[in-house]
Amino acid sequence: MRKYSALTGRFGEFGGCYAPETLMGPLHELRRAYMRFRADPAAQKELKYQLKNYVGRPTPLTYAARMTGALGGARIYLKREDLAHTGAHKINNAIGQALLARRMGKTRVIAETGAGQHGVAAATAAACFGLKCTVYMGSKDMERQALNVFRMRLLGAEVVPVNSGSRTLKDAINEAMRDWVSTVRTTHYILGSALGPHPYPSIVRDFQSVIGREARAQILAAEGRLPDLLIACVGGGSNAIGLFSAFLGDKKVEMAGVEAGGEGVNTLRHAARFAARAGGSPGVLHGTSTYILQDRDGQVRETHSVSAGLDYPAVGPEHAYLFRTGRAAYVSVTDREALRAFDFLTRSEGLMPALESAHAVAYAMKRVPRMPARKIVLLNLSGRGDKDIDTVREAKRGKNG
Amino acid sequence: MKSLRKSGRAAFIPYITAGDPTLAATRLFLRALESARADIVELGVPFSDPMADGPVNQRSAQRALKNGATLGRILEFAGHYRRGGGKVPIVLFTYFNPLLRFGLKAFAKKAEENGIDGVLTVDLPPEEAGEYRRRLDERGIAAIFLASPTTSAARMELIGRASTGFVYYVSRLGVTGERAKLPAALAAGLKRLRGKVRKPVAVGFGISTPEQVRAAARHADGVVVGSALVKLTEGRSPARAARLIRAAASAMVRALRGLRRTICL
Repeated sequence: MRKYSALTGRFGEFGGCYAPETLMGPLHELRRAYMRFRADPAAQKELKYQLKNYVGRPTPLTYAARMTGALGGARIYLKREDLAHTGAHKINNAIGQALLARRMGKTRVIAETGAGQHGVAAATAAACFGLKCTVYMGSKDMERQALNVFRMRLLGAEVVPVNSGSRTLKDAINEAMRDWVSTVRTTHYILGSALGPHPYPSIVRDFQSVIGREARAQILAAEGRLPDLLIACVGGGSNAIGLFSAFLGDKKVEMAGVEAGGEGVNTLRHAARFAARAGGSPGVLHGTSTYILQDRDGQVRETHSVSAGLDYPAVGPEHAYLFRTGRAAYVSVTDREALRAFDFLTRSEGLMPALESAHAVAYAMKRVPRMPARKIVLLNLSGRGDKDIDTVREAKRGKNG
Repeated sequence: MKSLRKSGRAAFIPYITAGDPTLAATRLFLRALESARADIVELGVPFSDPMADGPVNQRSAQRALKNGATLGRILEFAGHYRRGGGKVPIVLFTYFNPLLRFGLKAFAKKAEENGIDGVLTVDLPPEEAGEYRRRLDERGIAAIFLASPTTSAARMELIGRASTGFVYYVSRLGVTGERAKLPAALAAGLKRLRGKVRKPVAVGFGISTPEQVRAAARHADGVVVGSALVKLTEGRSPARAARLIRAAASAMVRALRGLRRTICL
């Protein structure tokens, strides 16, 4: 299986560009503009400048002493994307794509958002560079992430509720695509995860790869060696691919992507695309060939997760490739386990994780105690949990009452 | 390939969603379109995530899915229609995932067996369509690709070469659905396409009135009307909707009188 083609955007058999014809020209134009952006020293210098002085990079790598002590196994390091401006890794990509949009002469950007973190990041980047911004968000997600909706509006973005389908992330992507197909001459679509038609999975991975590059250097500085296991949550999979990308050549570094198990993978209420029996199968959604939760007629299934950012029926195509080749393992944890992990990290480290990131923590809680103390685990704390306080409060109320 | 009767006018190509609200209703609508002298019918395969469609067709797909219109059932339905003497050529208008799930080889075989004449897959550009084209070609089914106002000259040639039957020109940027006016650049866009493509060209997206149909047909070999007909089915009994569809389609066919037609499937 051929590894990766920068021309066709194939990751083995996955990826590619399955877009309506109106978007094909603009996607080719985007690919060319991005190639120039990548090769242009001035553009790269500007990106670096913004990441350092606006986003606040590099983000630290924190040794989680009390968490390590409590779990009694491998030593745990946390890559602190929660400390990036706007509170999650999403800003790395949003700033990069906003710079790209400006270089392409676009005056307006649009974005989809699930948890609202990407919407906030896109609205922030748009405010920073003086671009108009519209964010599409499922109305169910608007309810459960109301704080982020308010933040986006404060930043000057128009937030458009999407009432079709499951009223979550996948429907927001459909609606953003419909906007883009109408406005493509003036508008750049800042896709927020490593999915969609080529070149998006590559662009988003590249902008998020700063996570992995920093983390690799930081763990080498702290421990003098590479970690044994990487853990990251996977919705579309941008924080995970950003971390994994720097370690793909290090065969001894194990990688685990953590999906949303929702109410359990033996129910229909989950978003675990790679789960053994109840999981997904290869298909095409939102412009890319990947693993999809679908019925036997090829209709996309509704998903469930307590975490809006992981509540998505497809997954970035490079993850499908890493799954198929066995380079990365994909596991899932349930809503309940993620909520428990939220409490655990908050109490043991004083770090309140986003519910998405709490999935990664939950897997660490299962896995780390079974690992010897000489092993090192590097976990991507992809975002902070302020946005989820209402959801957590609701969940606790439900449990108590 | 069947050759159509020569009627000496541009082709009228109505779109309806298969199974909205039921396949029995679709049968009535097909008969109505046939008696209105439609030349080809585009039969929509409903999909859960129709990202190229506007609200009318989205709702239509949802109703069809709710009532169990799967690709397999739609193909069987088309077979019944053919065996029952239905003559209008049928082009399936679909998204790629249902075909992929069915299996491209099995799909092409079933499509041929059930009298499908062509397939138009809205999210499948020629670059990704290698096996798809081969399978359809083996079965003598037309593979119709789309061109749009953002399509470059080089891509137009690619699309022309890849298409069998005809090329579908998307009249405007955006999703399916009615619009008050035809785009000003429509004639120029169609002329540009015809300069690059030898095959017949049908035009669609946002064409909804007899006047628009006639205006668009001056520059194309066929005109597609979708949402304006689909809308007639909303909230009405199938029998009543069929009568309205027949009347609307007849008015559009009348508007085409005197304009040449060259699309044959």
